[in-house]
Amino acid sequence: MYKLESKNVDFFYGTSQALKNINIAIHPNTVTALIGPSGCGKSTYLRLFNRMNDLIGNTKINGQVLIDGDDIYAKGVNVDSLRKKTGMVFQKPNPFPKTIFENVAYGLRVNGITDKKFIEERVETSIKQVVLWDEVKDKLKKSAFELSGGQQQRLCIARALAIQPSVILMDEPTSALDPISTAKIEELIYELKSKYTIVIVTHNMQQAGRVSDSTAFFYLGELIEYSATKELFTNPKIERTQNYITGRFG
Amino acid sequence: MPLIDENKLTKSKNRNQKIAFFLFASVGYFIVTILVAILSFIVYKGIGVINWNFISQMPEEGMTKGGIYPAIIGTLYLVSGSMLFAFPIGVLAAIYMNEYFKDGIIKRIVRMMTNNLAGVPSIVFGLFGMSLFVNKLGFGDSILAGSLTLGLLVLPIVIRTTEEALKAVDDTFRQASLGLGATKWQTTRRVVLPIAFPNIITGLILSIGRVSGETAPILFTVAAYFLPKLPSSIFDQAMALPYHLYVISTSGTNIEESRPIAYGTALVLILIVLICNLIANGLRKYFSKKVKMN
Repeated sequence: MYKLESKNVDFFYGTSQALKNINIAIHPNTVTALIGPSGCGKSTYLRLFNRMNDLIGNTKINGQVLIDGDDIYAKGVNVDSLRKKTGMVFQKPNPFPKTIFENVAYGLRVNGITDKKFIEERVETSIKQVVLWDEVKDKLKKSAFELSGGQQQRLCIARALAIQPSVILMDEPTSALDPISTAKIEELIYELKSKYTIVIVTHNMQQAGRVSDSTAFFYLGELIEYSATKELFTNPKIERTQNYITGRFG
Repeated sequence: MPLIDENKLTKSKNRNQKIAFFLFASVGYFIVTILVAILSFIVYKGIGVINWNFISQMPEEGMTKGGIYPAIIGTLYLVSGSMLFAFPIGVLAAIYMNEYFKDGIIKRIVRMMTNNLAGVPSIVFGLFGMSLFVNKLGFGDSILAGSLTLGLLVLPIVIRTTEEALKAVDDTFRQASLGLGATKWQTTRRVVLPIAFPNIITGLILSIGRVSGETAPILFTVAAYFLPKLPSSIFDQAMALPYHLYVISTSGTNIEESRPIAYGTALVLILIVLICNLIANGLRKYFSKKVKMN
């Protein structure tokens, strides 16, 4: 069964159509890269999976978006608990103005978990998962703002992992980071794949090539091409894809 | 021959830049000079009468002698009373406006009304306060009626500054919190408000400054011409610094003789506003730091 799926999805901001008839099916434990020029709809598409687009007024969606085969836009779906299935990582590292510990514990606390021991264990596991533990274990009570940008982004990933989602949505997670921090995040994406299904929006072709199994190329709200990353980058079927990945436009 | 004479161009650019800098600097210094002039004038004229008796004693001999203690206390009561009313209500209203109210025509109308409310002349608030709080609700001329009237007056300021503070909170903080399964209220209370709080305090600072200096709204609702005793409850009348200043400068028993007291009163009023601002600024700094630590 597919982990994530969209069937004939149209999405509108007011009267302007941001996504046109998007059909994508994503296998579990894979990394899927969404690429395309600015404004092509790739971020909008990513945000369908945790219904983050709901926050914007006056939007409309047609078609079906499925996680584990369930339509997440069906009537009666509880959006708050739906969002626990997915963890989201943003363009700029955005730790909360709390301590390092409380950042990771936040997702547990808002979901009603009060067991101190449990929270401590989960926080430690999550920070270890993002290979940050050795760097922060002595300053868990310090503000998250004291960390470097790359560390902050890994902390944000740990924050997302703490509630044990099965999907991680990443919206250009390295665009604000230096090359070394970027490499660390990419390595992490590779490791996390064994446990999670990852969808990543990126402007960086090399990054898409390095980290993803499949790549979807969006242009003006349409899905132009979707195939195995190797295939798409070495042998694109559509000329526009070819032009984009070789840098002739974009 | 080149199309543009580089030397000439550089010269004229430099000249323009110098003129612009000179203009901006002069305007800047001019404004600061006015401010300093006003302050030093008040300090110069008023410092002579200021002493412990002046701020701790009742007015005497038709307000030409003695202190202004009851007016100071009255103003402090009015400032605290109006803030107790306006601050929580204004902040809650702003939270609703910014976090919950869906964009649309109704929201635009409500926002327009709030902004217009800020432009209503303060004497109109005074009249409204008199008819509603003093007469209709039967509070009489009292600290309660005056505080509520002043509170209404600054409500738009509190709402607007709080809204701006909330707007300044980056949306990805909200999305990150909601993305972890937090409800909207959890997100607002645990993430958005702590980040916005230092800026919300700015609204408080502005309101305190406004309230302590207003004369018109308290004219018909609380202010006493002369009341040589302290209020004992919120249903009592009270003296207040701005009104006292007005009275001894226009309709006192001997305007010329009470002139030094008028300047002294002005100085005390300015000092109170200054101290309130310093306290609020301190709070702001404290909360900014706390936001980063928790």
